[in-house]
Amino acid sequence: MKFSDEFEARFAEMVPHYPTKRSALVPTLLYAQDEVGFLSDEVIAEIAGRLDLTELEVRNVISYYSMLTTKPRGKFHVQVCTNISCMVRGGEEILQHCAAKLGVGHKQTTADGMFSLEEVECIGGCSWAPAVQVNYDFHENLTAQKMDAVLDGYRKRI
Amino acid sequence: MADLVSHPDEVKVVSRRFGQGATNLDRFLELDGYKAVQKALGMEPDAIVNEVKASGLRGRGGAGFSTGMKWSFVPKTAPKPKYVLCNGDESEPGTCKDRLIFEHDPHSVIEGVMIAGLAVGAQSGYIYIRGEYRYLSIIMQKAIADAYSQGFIGKNIFGSGRDFDVYWHGGAGAYEVGEESALMESLEGKRGIPRIRPPFPAVVGLWGGPTVINNAETLANVPHIILGGGDWFAKLGTPKNGGTRLFCLSGNIAKPGVYELPMGYNLKKMIYDVGGGIPGGRKLKAVVPGGASCPCLTADEVDVAMDFDSVAKAGSMLGSGGVVVVDDAQCIVKFALRTMKFYKHESCGWCIPCREGTDWLEKTLTRFHKGGGMMKDIDNMQYLAENMLGRTFCPLGDAAAMPTIAFVKKFRKEFEDHLDGKPCPYEKVGAAEPILAMAH
Repeated sequence: MKFSDEFEARFAEMVPHYPTKRSALVPTLLYAQDEVGFLSDEVIAEIAGRLDLTELEVRNVISYYSMLTTKPRGKFHVQVCTNISCMVRGGEEILQHCAAKLGVGHKQTTADGMFSLEEVECIGGCSWAPAVQVNYDFHENLTAQKMDAVLDGYRKRI
Repeated sequence: MADLVSHPDEVKVVSRRFGQGATNLDRFLELDGYKAVQKALGMEPDAIVNEVKASGLRGRGGAGFSTGMKWSFVPKTAPKPKYVLCNGDESEPGTCKDRLIFEHDPHSVIEGVMIAGLAVGAQSGYIYIRGEYRYLSIIMQKAIADAYSQGFIGKNIFGSGRDFDVYWHGGAGAYEVGEESALMESLEGKRGIPRIRPPFPAVVGLWGGPTVINNAETLANVPHIILGGGDWFAKLGTPKNGGTRLFCLSGNIAKPGVYELPMGYNLKKMIYDVGGGIPGGRKLKAVVPGGASCPCLTADEVDVAMDFDSVAKAGSMLGSGGVVVVDDAQCIVKFALRTMKFYKHESCGWCIPCREGTDWLEKTLTRFHKGGGMMKDIDNMQYLAENMLGRTFCPLGDAAAMPTIAFVKKFRKEFEDHLDGKPCPYEKVGAAEPILAMAH
């Protein structure tokens, strides 16, 4: 299993920060997922080996954290917040708009693998609601029209 | 990236460097950066703790515990290394303040961690940032690297002969990890399951060592207290509630944003003057004063001073500073349902009252909002929620129960109006069918 040089540099820097190797697990999983797209069996085995854990221990951790996934997502993961601050400012409408526009529902991926959609809990965009994260990028103060422009922008990146 | 707002009533302490380019280390130094830690290096640890005690600084994460008092619980000598842990797992719905601190003034958090370390005799600190805030962890990692390159952290800080390391750590999506014991579990590479207490983290914390855990905003206040003095800070607020607070105004309000206002600022004034009131000719229905876990206040209850003690006296909590304003076009049953859906999603399942309670409440509220509610459900929801209180390892169970109890008690009529299969009479006209029922 081969990761990028950037991942390796980060991993090598991170592990000595802690008195136990295992402490690097959560951020390492997220960086690995960013690179591979999801936490595949191969990735899990590799990281378990590096941190002296069993694969079961790693899977046990993965299942707790909502950002971590063992299934592939779209190239652009559209995360729509519908929690209270966003809900009262149209977060649910944004989610429905995205679902209609992309033709997929919660935790589903478009056939071309470009977009996946997820209804998420509070992402810290409350004062700029409704808020959406596409991968790690925040898009805020959204309307259906603005959301269209956001999605089109990502589509053009390919 | 997040837009800044301002209002003449603001008193800028934590937000003093916002928009000033203080992520740049040279600029931070021009703005009195790292002066407080140098001053603290010349102080006895007890003097630092006493200064913070005198300031009346209380935990900005939500519990409102005296910061100086918390530090004083750490034993002077310990067989294991001591740690400082900055809680930047900001996830309470309605709260988006730590985001601005990390974005605009990351060095202030580093400096706060260092001063806390000097006060308790720790030699390293960790700054935990939630996984969704990737752009902020990049800012923080650069800030830490810059501080190392200048010798401000690491070996022999500021030529004092003392060592102090600061590390960044990232989460991966979990509200519960914002709870102190779950936060430590997460940092140790485990599921964020809470630990039973005692022992408290100040005695047995990270990797078994005594650990001070403070919210990012709390720590960002500390350098200002050391430079300006505890008395100065205390006088900014109300008795026993020192300083200012980053209030995150959100919801149905004309000018949402994060405003730094003195502790004790009147909530009504905050909504109508600072926030510009309710837009669209609507009226105020309710306010969640401190993030989703706080019992709501009705429109008649908002004439209250926003400090920990006054809001507690009004039957709610100042919480994490997330002020969510709800207008009369919103349905409280739906609002309660969305709140409970969140807690059900975030409950780790460790304690049965929380795991089962949130599940049953979400199911009942879903059915209720769809028009399938029964009169006895109303009392049952309250009874169920009341039986979750105080029966869980961490406060997530309470956080789910408390707002529910308030919604049922204060808006009982809205619940009754949903009975007998009637369609929700409160939903926005023309609003789409809620998507909550979508396949999961």
